[in-house]
Amino acid sequence: MSRTNPLGARAQNRLVNTAVLALLIVGALVMIAPLVWMLTTALKTKAEVFALPPVWIPDPPQWETFTRMWTEAPVLSGIRNSLIVALSVTIVGSITSSLAAFALAKLHLPGKNVIFLGLLAGLMVPFPALMIPQFVMFSKAGWVDTLLPLIVPYLFGNIIMIFFLRQYLSSVPDSMIEAAKIDGASYPQIFRVIVLPMIRPAIAAQFILWFMTIWNDYLAPIIYLNTPSRQTLQVVIANLNVQYATQRDYPLIMAASVVALLPILVVFLIFQRQIIESVALTGSKG
Amino acid sequence: MSQSASLTTPPETVPGAPPRKPAVRRRTGSRLHRVEQRWALAFVAAPVIGFLVFTVYPIGFSVYASLTSWNGLGPMTFIGLDNFVNMWGDEYFRTSLYNTFFYMIGIPIGLALALGLAIALNRKIPGRTALRTIYYIPVISSLAAIAILWQWAYNGDFGLVNQVLGMVGIDGPNWLMNTSTVKPAIIILAIWKGLGYSMLLYLAAIQSVPASLLEAAALDGANAWQRFRSITLPMVAPVTFFLVVTNIIAGSQIFTEINIMTPTGGPEYASASIVFYIWQKAFKYQQMGYGTAMALVLGMLVFVITLIQFRLNRRNSFSID
Repeated sequence: MSRTNPLGARAQNRLVNTAVLALLIVGALVMIAPLVWMLTTALKTKAEVFALPPVWIPDPPQWETFTRMWTEAPVLSGIRNSLIVALSVTIVGSITSSLAAFALAKLHLPGKNVIFLGLLAGLMVPFPALMIPQFVMFSKAGWVDTLLPLIVPYLFGNIIMIFFLRQYLSSVPDSMIEAAKIDGASYPQIFRVIVLPMIRPAIAAQFILWFMTIWNDYLAPIIYLNTPSRQTLQVVIANLNVQYATQRDYPLIMAASVVALLPILVVFLIFQRQIIESVALTGSKG
Repeated sequence: MSQSASLTTPPETVPGAPPRKPAVRRRTGSRLHRVEQRWALAFVAAPVIGFLVFTVYPIGFSVYASLTSWNGLGPMTFIGLDNFVNMWGDEYFRTSLYNTFFYMIGIPIGLALALGLAIALNRKIPGRTALRTIYYIPVISSLAAIAILWQWAYNGDFGLVNQVLGMVGIDGPNWLMNTSTVKPAIIILAIWKGLGYSMLLYLAAIQSVPASLLEAAALDGANAWQRFRSITLPMVAPVTFFLVVTNIIAGSQIFTEINIMTPTGGPEYASASIVFYIWQKAFKYQQMGYGTAMALVLGMLVFVITLIQFRLNRRNSFSID
């Protein structure tokens, strides 16, 4: 019936769109509500947290929780440690990964496909299967309770990044590299002058995704880090959760959790388009 | 052997010469090639060394350690396959394995929701970019912070979940303290956290479905459900497959939520996962030998699932760019 009447079809389409939009908004509220509640809890007094019926909007908002937090908990050292780990891994690791991707995609090396497949096979080994022997290795090196076990293994490159950069490089014509060779450019020069500028967007996207993964990592840090001032931010907030729950100081716990979440949220909102594009790519290349 | 020999020049021409590589591909700049190879080797050296030291060696060590009784510091006592035999009699191991599989109930639910969401967001709706961003925020959020938040949200008296349920007259349980609700509670959290990621991949796949195909089907009188069943669903099948496998791999390693929300493994160990149990045994009770044995079993499981993915993916060479 609507097929015979184009106007009716359009009206019907608009009706469906409105219904879908309403559903999507309800869904979006469900997605965002816990995060908003986290923030409002951080701004409540302890009494308001345990008030019945519940207080939805703190009055007045207790912003001082966010200043009290820095002195009462090792949040600052947590941020510093997380930054040290995430930045050193992603910066050095991106260099080693892009050099390897360059060699695997463009240079002549017998058996390079075997090397690449071997590295890919490493992806199939989950971290929990490696954590015990790695812990033993690093405890023999005397690195327990330092940030080194969280940094050193990843300086050697990230196979996911190598995979995507290699893919990306296959669209760069070989002739450009051949021409540079004929002009007498050395391989490090070719990498720096020709390859690097070309793959920069791909490196940037992978860099951000990797940074997020490391910033949010939890299992490896809790295995190695015992001293509060040496812990990464995620471990710091997890310990606060245990410690301050007995004192029922939920505003403080939530305030620290908001701080743990915020930097990545800001990075995401700034680089949203690049992140979403490179994630969408994962599905099609997987 | 005989095939390759027949392709090259007859060997008897140089009887006394050492077996050299047949000069099938003549290269004029062999020195230049050697320089290139040396650089290529230098460039791939770092990941290869990292792989050998931090993956291959630990696996080899694990295989040996799994056959011993060992506290991580003292001597390793060789006990053969005892660890693996003990595993099957270990009630905690079985419970944590059962729980880990139970959590995977959330995978099909999450994927169905994500597909519906992607189809909805594919319509020309005002504010769809903003909505997409909101649905994606839990994905990028720190899992530790999210777990802390949800632990508090599931609080029986003062948590958000029961306060909202209370508004519609439902008296919610104390979610994390109850053997029958602790696993569903964690599944809900996992779906909430992962929805945006699956949605995004589905959305990318749906947008690559040619609009002309759907229009032609509509002209032929196919209704919305038929178009979904016979066009959209088959077109997104590779993404579904990818998501199922990656979700199973990630799900088999679920740990952070459990560790933070139920630090003791939940009431009657009802929330403990396999990685939680491995972690507890190895790092709380110093049973490193037993821990590595269980970790190897987990590793084999994940390895096999991934291998199946690679095989099947090669077979259906769909491409959705």
